[in-house]
Amino acid sequence: MTRLFAWGSVILGCVFFALPLIGMTEFSLRMRRGEYSFDAYAVVLADPRFQQTFGYSVLMALATILVGALLVVPTAFWVRLKLPAARPWVEFVTLLPLVIPAIVVVFGYIRLYNTSSFLPLTGSATGTNILLMCGYVMLALPYMYRAVDTGLRSIDVATLTEAAQSLGAGWITILAKVILPNVLTGVLSGAFLTFAIVIGEFTMAALLNRPAFGPFMQVLGANRAYEPAALAVIAFAITWACMGLIQLVTRFTKHTRAQG
Amino acid sequence: MAFLEIEHLEKSFGTNRVVKDFNLSVAKGEFISLLGPSGCGKTTVLRMVAGFESPSTGAIRIDGKDVVKLRPNQRNIGMVFQAYALFPNLTVAQNVAFGLKVAGVGRAEREARVVEMLRLIGLPDKGPSYPFQLSGGQQQRVALARALAVRPQVLLLDEPLSALDAKIRVSLRAEIRQIQRELGITTIFVTHDQEEALSMSDRVVVMNGGVAEQVAEPFEIYNRPATRFVANFVGQLNRIEARVIAPTTGEIEIGGTRHMLGRSLPSGDVALALRPEALHMGADPARELNLTGQVTEVDFLGSVIRLRVDVAGNRLSADVFNRPDAPPPALNSTVTLSASASDLIILTA
Repeated sequence: MTRLFAWGSVILGCVFFALPLIGMTEFSLRMRRGEYSFDAYAVVLADPRFQQTFGYSVLMALATILVGALLVVPTAFWVRLKLPAARPWVEFVTLLPLVIPAIVVVFGYIRLYNTSSFLPLTGSATGTNILLMCGYVMLALPYMYRAVDTGLRSIDVATLTEAAQSLGAGWITILAKVILPNVLTGVLSGAFLTFAIVIGEFTMAALLNRPAFGPFMQVLGANRAYEPAALAVIAFAITWACMGLIQLVTRFTKHTRAQG
Repeated sequence: MAFLEIEHLEKSFGTNRVVKDFNLSVAKGEFISLLGPSGCGKTTVLRMVAGFESPSTGAIRIDGKDVVKLRPNQRNIGMVFQAYALFPNLTVAQNVAFGLKVAGVGRAEREARVVEMLRLIGLPDKGPSYPFQLSGGQQQRVALARALAVRPQVLLLDEPLSALDAKIRVSLRAEIRQIQRELGITTIFVTHDQEEALSMSDRVVVMNGGVAEQVAEPFEIYNRPATRFVANFVGQLNRIEARVIAPTTGEIEIGGTRHMLGRSLPSGDVALALRPEALHMGADPARELNLTGQVTEVDFLGSVIRLRVDVAGNRLSADVFNRPDAPPPALNSTVTLSASASDLIILTA
């Protein structure tokens, strides 16, 4: 009975997740009347707006990953090493982006950093890009922090730090040569999750009026039939590629934790 | 002149004083052990010398230079940890070279030093291995090589053998001592294992409640413990309650029987202590103390037989060598044990 229930759950899950995907993919291939083709994909990929918005979002994702890693790795390291009592609070703060809607945050940004504010970031394209990247860093914080913190949990941070200090290393050397390489799997997992989030993000990019991939998908979806489905399949493939890369990185990590 | 000097060192965590007026002078090349039970403050002293904890008060001088204000990475101190603390992402050779690279030592010299260190610890072929590919004993040897590679002024060993199994522990402690002698490096070794401390050290500091109870050579610590704590903590001890009849001549009474020790004693009731190996089987008029009692336990340990004998309510342990021609006494039999007055320890403090 239990086995039957388990299999039933698996089948239900597959149907729930797989059926819409199969339906969408099948629909994206039916642009040419009477036969399956990749016409919708060709149209999407040939669209200069696709290249432009996708390129923009990739750049934003890379910047977000870099800034996110620079913010999160030292913070998580310091909290584990010196402020263990503050960990629940830091975890709470990093979870806030999950409970505060992006639209609330972006309106807050616009109000705080508009052209008549003390820091008029929205007054220029570069400033708005920086603002959008900061928003993405915040959106990705729950995933990045957890991924890095899990990596830190797998090593003896305090003893490794002290060992490096006794060998003459300063904080930057410790972070760059000891801590970061040992939490690289966590950082990369966080990076791929961040990439997937940034590529598909709509609200912030649309409201800050930046040429990102998310708003492009929305515009295309409002005006075309087959292309949005093709675009959704592409976005889905990117996300799954990111997940696959996380798995690969985890599997092919050369070293492992010191064992007693 | 002392190479490492610790003066009036104190450390408090909140209201808890974990190290109290700790003083120690270590000569260059000396091997000192800090021995004591968990929570006695020995690791805190070591961490203050390393710079991982700041003293509440007191001074730490290395080669005449006060290092209290220096950060750990500025002290040129090598440290080996209980948990090995090898960097898992680096190979053995990279681990050993880590400190040299940080110090800006050139590649050729670095490589030569790594080879020298790996040879010193007996693992010349393990350079390309990762720490997880080594056994615990090998990892700890690499940790030692890594600490020594930077040629530190002082080597600190924080219970480096505790995580290893008994057999490797014994062989590695001999190796550590040999390497220390070979390099002539001033070393402080923290342990709660008295056998390790006694077998490896030039001098032992026995600590209790944040205080150094006795600082002396292992022979002195074992045979002439300065305090009741040291006597009880180091080695096994028989405690005999006695009443002093004549303090000047050393006449005492144990369970109604009088003994003449021939040495002066404090008056009143005293606690006398005797090591198990100071008790000999059989009466011996040449020895001042002859105690008769009933055998309550016989443990055959191979080369040694441990007897427990009840002497007027005092339960004494006696270690006697196994002799094939003299089988151990039977349980409940009556035996006489003898001991010299010079072997008696008078417990005062």
